[in-house]
Amino acid sequence: MNRQRVQSALLPVVAVLVAFLIGAIVVLADGKSPVRAAEAVIKGSMANRAAIGATLEKATPLILTGLAVIVGMKAGLFNIGAQGQLLLGSIMSAYVGYRLTGLPTVVHLPLALLAGVAFGAVPAFVVGVLKAYRGVHEVIATIMMNTILVNLTDWLAGGPWMQPDQAISKTPPIQASAEIPKVADLPVGFFLAVVMAFVVWFLLSRTTLGFELGTVGANRDAAHYAGMSVKGITVLAMTLSGALAGLGGAIETQGVVGRFEPGFNRGLGFDGITIALLAKVSPRAAIPAALLIGALRASSTQLQSIAQVAPEIVDVILAVALLLVAAPMIIRWALRLRNASGVEGVNLNTGWGS
Amino acid sequence: MGIVNALRRLSPDSRNTLVAVLTGLVAAYIAYGIWDFKATAVLGFMVRYSTPLALAAMCGILCERSGVVNIGIEGQMLVGAFVAFFGATWAGIVFGVVAGVVVGALLGAFLAVCAVSWRINQIIAGTVINILAAGVTSFFYRQGRTMKGSMPTWEIPLLKDIPLLGKVFFQNQPLTYLTFAIVIVLQVMLFRTPWGLRTRAVGEHPSAADTVGVNVSLYRYGNVAAGGALAGLAGALLSVEATGTFERGMTSGRGFLALAIMIMGRWRPSLAWAAALFFGLLNGLVNQLNFERVIDVPPQFIGMLPYVLTIVVLATFAGRVRAPAASGQPYTKE
Repeated sequence: MNRQRVQSALLPVVAVLVAFLIGAIVVLADGKSPVRAAEAVIKGSMANRAAIGATLEKATPLILTGLAVIVGMKAGLFNIGAQGQLLLGSIMSAYVGYRLTGLPTVVHLPLALLAGVAFGAVPAFVVGVLKAYRGVHEVIATIMMNTILVNLTDWLAGGPWMQPDQAISKTPPIQASAEIPKVADLPVGFFLAVVMAFVVWFLLSRTTLGFELGTVGANRDAAHYAGMSVKGITVLAMTLSGALAGLGGAIETQGVVGRFEPGFNRGLGFDGITIALLAKVSPRAAIPAALLIGALRASSTQLQSIAQVAPEIVDVILAVALLLVAAPMIIRWALRLRNASGVEGVNLNTGWGS
Repeated sequence: MGIVNALRRLSPDSRNTLVAVLTGLVAAYIAYGIWDFKATAVLGFMVRYSTPLALAAMCGILCERSGVVNIGIEGQMLVGAFVAFFGATWAGIVFGVVAGVVVGALLGAFLAVCAVSWRINQIIAGTVINILAAGVTSFFYRQGRTMKGSMPTWEIPLLKDIPLLGKVFFQNQPLTYLTFAIVIVLQVMLFRTPWGLRTRAVGEHPSAADTVGVNVSLYRYGNVAAGGALAGLAGALLSVEATGTFERGMTSGRGFLALAIMIMGRWRPSLAWAAALFFGLLNGLVNQLNFERVIDVPPQFIGMLPYVLTIVVLATFAGRVRAPAASGQPYTKE
């Protein structure tokens, strides 16, 4: 690796370290001990096999929502709707998981996953069409979709698909045949997510489709003159992005929660944005980024019980890290680096029209 | 004859607005004639619902007219609401509101630094503001505080006695009146003053503005910070005036709704206000119908309604309206 690549890879690391430092200052300002908070994070995320399992569990949907955001960004689209897509995918996989009975695992498990993928893709497809053909900015459309889908899934889980004899709204538990197993406390879903990261990497950097996606993202006019269907690729990229988020929801349902319960997976989509940017929009780098955030999320109970720190501190840390990665100038200035680039390859469309 | 001529001289925009307002008034009074109490309730809901949205949309207009997309309105509002409420529990409501506005302006200035000086992608900068706002306000949130004092209701003499409209528009709380004033002032300033002309020039064609001696960066900094102040005020309105409390994530998407309203109002303060009122009216109607069990819809679907409407509105209008040409583009002096 040459010097510049080392520096470029170093930036997110420095950003995260600085963010931790600022997090420590915030904890201190709140009158709590940052040392105990650090202890809590270590205990909660990596001290034993169960903790590592918890970290991997948290990281799994995050890898996928991170990938979802990355696929969108490559095509110049900012998918803030991974959250809603994940929710719909999650409840649909739960529905297929509990409703169908008597199927062998080899059929039921992938079928439920597929339901999640398909229904994660549906709202994203709608957003893609609105973007390509009606000039509706995807950021607004996906945010609106998020609220719509939170309401829709709340209603489904508390109404038609609610487990009858329960006070809290949630769906019945999925059949054993749809459950993703754990091997020695380690969730199998995590490895599936890792495989997906490599699949997406291959797709984006080694195939024609990936090339077209990147071209549309870098320069829509150039893509148009080169004969690519900018509208078609916009819709496809959005749909693909939603499918990945939906898969994240399905794995969460089938591997961790075991049913759909409203409020169990809030925020996963938004962390996807942080991961995509921390990973500098590189699919393979989404894995370590998701592991980092997963570790922080996994230790939220410990933060509360050991250090009496509100777990929202994690959001503060992540927002700071995000800012630092997005603003390479700050770090460049701080480290006196030359030519340090920030989020390469992101060329988000900031205007409203198509 | 005089009236006809005056109508002819109006721009098509103003004429359409006038027609819409008159139709709305006639419809409102017919409804008032039939169900006086219910019509007043629906229109009252309309004003309460639309005011923070209108104010936040003014923030969007101010920013985009000068060429900066502000997707962080949501976060600026949330922090404004937070600071205003806890300021009000500590030192009274006036202090709270002022603090909310000041912090909103600081967040606006922060966006300006990101967008103008650091040239960060503006969508990402706004998202950072939103995430940071959600995190910080939840982290420092404390339960069980109460404000010192509450917002009074001011009745405007004479005007308050107009049937229906008096009750709906002229018996409100201070920040609501302030919003009415801000919309009108901003409309006049944007289209009738040198500042407004320069602001629009900076948003449409910054290099031309620069050539004639307008300081593009200065205008962007000033306007985006002022926009942030408005978003902070919108947040204060939500917490200190409308509800008298603060909840985690209480803005619940209003900042984004405001952007849709801004687009629907074609980046014009008066039209955006009309769009906000229209949104408020639809929500008020559905609420009333549901309340009376004329329609029986699960609450989740009522909750969805404004968002579905936003998408429908954008799908209808967004492709056909024209944003300020340089909105979202950083400007480099050549």
